[in-house]
Amino acid sequence: MKYYDKLIFELSQPGRIGFSLPEIPGQARNDFKGSTVWRESKLDLPEVSEVDVVRHYTNLSQMNFGVDTGFYPLGSCTMKYNPKINEEIANMPAFLGLHPLQPESTTKGALEIYVGMDKALAAITGMKHFTFLPCAGAHGELTGLMLMREYHMSRGDSARTKVIVPDSAHGTNPASAAVCGLDIVVVKSKENGLVDVEALKPLLGPDIAGIMMTNPNTLGLFERDIKEIAKLVHDCGGLLYYDGANMNPLLGMVRPGDMGFDIMHLNLHKTFSTPHGGGGPGAGPVGVSDKVLPFLHIPRVSGFHGNFGIILRAYAYILMLGREHVKMAGKLATLGANYIKESLKDCYKLPIPTVCKHEFVFDGLLEDNGVSTLDVAKRLLDYGFHAPTIYFPLLFHQAIMIEPTETESLETLDAFIAVMRKIAEEAKADPEMLHGAPHCTPIGRPDETTAARQPVLKYD
Amino acid sequence: MGAFSYFPQTEEDIRIMLERIGVSSLDDLYADVPADFIYKGEYDLPSAMSEQQVRDFFEGLAAKNTRLKVFVGQGAYDHYVPSVIPYITSRSEFLTAYTPYQCEISQGTLRYIFEWQTMICRLTGLDCANASMYDGPTAAAEAVRMCVASTKKRNSVIVSARLLPHVIETIRTYAKYAGINVVVTDKVAEEVAEGVLDLAGVIVPSINRFGIIESHLGLADLVHEKGALLVEYCDPSALAVVKTPAEWGADIAVGDGQSLGIPLCFGGPYVGFMACKEALMRKLPGRIVGQTTDASGKRCYVLTLQAREQHIRREKATSNICSNESLMALWCTVYLSLMGPEGMRKLNALCYEGAHYLHDALLATGKFESVFEGEFLKEFCLKPKCDVWKLQQALLDAGFFAGLQTEDGYVTFCVTEKHSREELDQIVEIVKSVK
Repeated sequence: MKYYDKLIFELSQPGRIGFSLPEIPGQARNDFKGSTVWRESKLDLPEVSEVDVVRHYTNLSQMNFGVDTGFYPLGSCTMKYNPKINEEIANMPAFLGLHPLQPESTTKGALEIYVGMDKALAAITGMKHFTFLPCAGAHGELTGLMLMREYHMSRGDSARTKVIVPDSAHGTNPASAAVCGLDIVVVKSKENGLVDVEALKPLLGPDIAGIMMTNPNTLGLFERDIKEIAKLVHDCGGLLYYDGANMNPLLGMVRPGDMGFDIMHLNLHKTFSTPHGGGGPGAGPVGVSDKVLPFLHIPRVSGFHGNFGIILRAYAYILMLGREHVKMAGKLATLGANYIKESLKDCYKLPIPTVCKHEFVFDGLLEDNGVSTLDVAKRLLDYGFHAPTIYFPLLFHQAIMIEPTETESLETLDAFIAVMRKIAEEAKADPEMLHGAPHCTPIGRPDETTAARQPVLKYD
Repeated sequence: MGAFSYFPQTEEDIRIMLERIGVSSLDDLYADVPADFIYKGEYDLPSAMSEQQVRDFFEGLAAKNTRLKVFVGQGAYDHYVPSVIPYITSRSEFLTAYTPYQCEISQGTLRYIFEWQTMICRLTGLDCANASMYDGPTAAAEAVRMCVASTKKRNSVIVSARLLPHVIETIRTYAKYAGINVVVTDKVAEEVAEGVLDLAGVIVPSINRFGIIESHLGLADLVHEKGALLVEYCDPSALAVVKTPAEWGADIAVGDGQSLGIPLCFGGPYVGFMACKEALMRKLPGRIVGQTTDASGKRCYVLTLQAREQHIRREKATSNICSNESLMALWCTVYLSLMGPEGMRKLNALCYEGAHYLHDALLATGKFESVFEGEFLKEFCLKPKCDVWKLQQALLDAGFFAGLQTEDGYVTFCVTEKHSREELDQIVEIVKSVK
């Protein structure tokens, strides 16, 4: 990657244009002056040619790392390969040109896609039906919790204002609950990384709306007590929410509906291969069991029909997988994670040594040379790998969370393992060098403190 | 079932990996899952398709949609998409990247978000903007939450009934579960003056759902006197010529970036934007990119002010947004770079020209009455004096999506730079022919 220093504003030259528009027929009837409703200030946008724009953004793209660039072992993010046929389907003019308010008689093909996706996701998850309005995973969580509240409200059960969240949960879980007007009760994990059922029991009561579970959890461990947890929560009158961010290892193996979950979301941009786009757009459809079905379409959480373009891509992926290949997806993801874990546990501290699912967590280097998880992560960038998720989950101080996904070959995993071992060696030989990593990227470590204390959020 | 192109593991690879792990089969990796949870049935999915079969399948579905020329807006505008945009946004370094947590290898994403934030500030006239929201309606709902979070012990908001219906519905949804009191009214200024107790914010459209550019003269002062914040919901494309939220005195601006060259795509993905005055900067939800330097003094960009966000604050967070619509923000940023100030002015002039031409010609048919006073730009409403169903059907038969009926019984039209004079004349002829 080469460093390129320009902002588009710095390329601007008065009089240069990058657009091509038809001429106004005849005399323009308005110059946008002479009424209080028109803009007073001059609009300052870049004045650049088309070629300036193309070169500028191409140069920017070359300072970026994507799944197509290389291995992205980012825990809980499921950075699997994004198939190209998906892009082609999503860019068909017959889909791109549809206005969301067109009469149903003119959008039959699009509506069939929703019906097909609903059926496919129901088959994969064991839920009854899905709503496609949520635009991201956290948006799905929020929607799911709204449904949880609708369920209780419909029964006149207004005292249920608390939701239980394990201490290992994704940060969005407690945040979504708070945004939904629920109070959060944290349930602790045991030393083996699983929810402590004994600690859960006294929390349950008539004020509990439900529990949000991630299974496998953020340590990559299957919550094997889920059957008992489901019974306890249901017996107290609560519902079970399934955070689908970690659905990938269960794809083709286990269905959340069968485990007793009442509401769940899926991240189509994780489990169903749609590209992350540098932080969206994604899609977070929410599925429900029979019990919650009557409320499915009550919360209007986004503008039109959700992120249709993302739903199209995910549907194409499901059709490629089919009922045959779907059975291998989760297993191969789990295989890769366990392979990396077993290959590195003699260099990196493995707090929970049992078999993992799609991801697992190291707690820093085995040997303490003052080299932090951040140093390891930054050094990986020098070797052409994206860093794992770091300092999450919060249960371990030096957490390194690794998720390889099923689309990575043995050679890729071996190359990553070799580099991780090499970094462990470097930590012994030259810790200083690691504190300064990365050394081969377009920029070095940024001054984040100044960025936050004296924020510069726009170009002047 | 044999090999699959997205799974690179050969049987030999699998054997090697299982051996390293010390188990004898893939199923052994699920030994910790209670046996009755392992799904043993056949998944009720279609049989795996080849790539060509997938393409044929979707082409079949595509053929079931009717391609129409779109003359309706209502929150989704059919502007021309310059060819450069999909070319840039489909570059896989942008498309297949994650959220830019590792800034050293994400300067591309971070840089365009910084440019987007700058452009949103310039369009709205406000001081700072975030990295994007899901869409306009959710941005409006988050702005309402922001008003409540930024004013002490205040829990009511006044929402203009002239906002688009789906914007009002989304605000209502978010507010319902957060326990925020929402007053939807046609008479915003009167309602503010009369004094809703514990008023936290007021949200009004820059251009309302009837297409009229609203005058908010004096509104900001009135709202501020009550100790509340003013939010404007805007069409960013129109802000090139329409008075800005800052010029009206608003504290927060939100809206949908779709009008900046994003395809209609049946309603999404679009992108929400949010901008605010500097005093509210640390109350903004979502990601924010800031400029800084690296150890060698090189200018660079990072995600900043993260102390606001869900992954740090967890249950104390005021918003749960994590992924947003980054790639769509790139879409708009490239669009605005191409258009520049002159392109945006000319685009709006073309919309104005076409919309007024159609408006006047439709009125001249005698089949409509004018209902609203005031300036409009590209979208307008008329009161029909003919059978609306017949009118719509005749237009549909000719390949036009136009004259959508609103909940008030009016019909709405929208004209953009894409539409030719010939097409407008055709619409008028069809209207004339409807008995």
